[in-house]
Amino acid sequence: MSNLKQELKENIIELLNLEEFSVEDINDNDALFGDGLGLDSIDALELMVMLDKDYGIKLTDPNEGKEIFQSIAVLADYIEKNRSK
Amino acid sequence: MKACYIHSAVSISAQNTFETVFNLSESKPLTSRKANSNHPPYKTYIAPAALRRMATGVKMGVTTGKKALEKANITMPDAVLTGTGMGCIEDTETFLNTIIANEEAYLTPTSFIQSTHNTVGAQIALGLKCKAYNNTYVHGALSFESALLDAKLLINTDESQSVLVGGVDELGKEFIDYTILVEDQNNGVKVPFSEGASFFVLSSEKQEKAILLNSLKTYSNLTEQEIPKVLNAFLLENNYQTQDIDAVICGNNGSVSDSYYNQARAVFPITTSQLHYKHLFGEFFTASAIGLFLGVSILQNQHIPDALVLGDYSKNSLKTIVLYNQFNGRDHSFILLSI
Repeated sequence: MSNLKQELKENIIELLNLEEFSVEDINDNDALFGDGLGLDSIDALELMVMLDKDYGIKLTDPNEGKEIFQSIAVLADYIEKNRSK
Repeated sequence: MKACYIHSAVSISAQNTFETVFNLSESKPLTSRKANSNHPPYKTYIAPAALRRMATGVKMGVTTGKKALEKANITMPDAVLTGTGMGCIEDTETFLNTIIANEEAYLTPTSFIQSTHNTVGAQIALGLKCKAYNNTYVHGALSFESALLDAKLLINTDESQSVLVGGVDELGKEFIDYTILVEDQNNGVKVPFSEGASFFVLSSEKQEKAILLNSLKTYSNLTEQEIPKVLNAFLLENNYQTQDIDAVICGNNGSVSDSYYNQARAVFPITTSQLHYKHLFGEFFTASAIGLFLGVSILQNQHIPDALVLGDYSKNSLKTIVLYNQFNGRDHSFILLSI
């Protein structure tokens, strides 16, 4: 699980060009949207594509995304339980 | 018809034209086949949240546009006009390469959204919350001139009081190599290929240090033999003769079509200073916007940098400048500036 969290942090920083952040700056329970990393709706689309491409998880319900993208910890937990890749 | 004045001119280019006072005394010759711009610290001008999605051309365009407005003391222009030859080629390449790499699946939105040609004009408007007329012209080497013509007409007809207009192009990573290949096989462009953004604020208000944009004329096709006739007619339409012109700035790029510039230069007497700039700034579809930046700066500062002198140089007083640009014998533009 800790490896997956590390991998997610690295991928998110690269995918979303978060040049201001390093892996150490992102705590597992930090909010990804809003006051945390400050991600927005376009980033949410990028993350949905990442889930599909890297872990074989297709999100179809937008409300589901709100729950899953709460934090790195929640996201990693969801991936562990639902991944097909 | 109202007169059209240039109140401010700002440029990011392969030389240090953005932050220093204009003199080009520290200009460096371009040694590689591709020359990137001398980038300022963009974080000073653009919020980090917006900056992270911006490709090079968008950063350059937004920053020069913002500074041009600041220099002209304008907070909200009546129009934002942009010219670009290749648009946001960096993100276009990213998007197309992703389509290939992912076999047309898993396409992400950012590079697609940012790959459109009007991204720079749109980002400037978003930053200003400006809902005024906003247009982007994509006409090869006449892209910037088309935007400039639109801006000039808005001022001339009193439809706008102040217009932000500029030209921007970025090098990109892959497509430029094919361009270079084609040019090299056809005895084409010899100066390096480069990138840059130059923005101007145009207004009908006459101010100290404002430069009059007398006239601008474009042609898609001209023969070499037609250049002297067209150039003389252009000057006569504006009540000038060749001996009235203090300097002519040509877009020589080392290709065989520099012969067009020879025809143009031959029209002027020895008292007209002959200048060029692409050896220092490189070639790209909107390089002529840098030519205009240099013309404006020369008139404002009453100084011709030695690095720009091509042939004869004799004038002390600088009142009137003609710019001539073309690309491979097509897309000709003539611009007349005065103080």
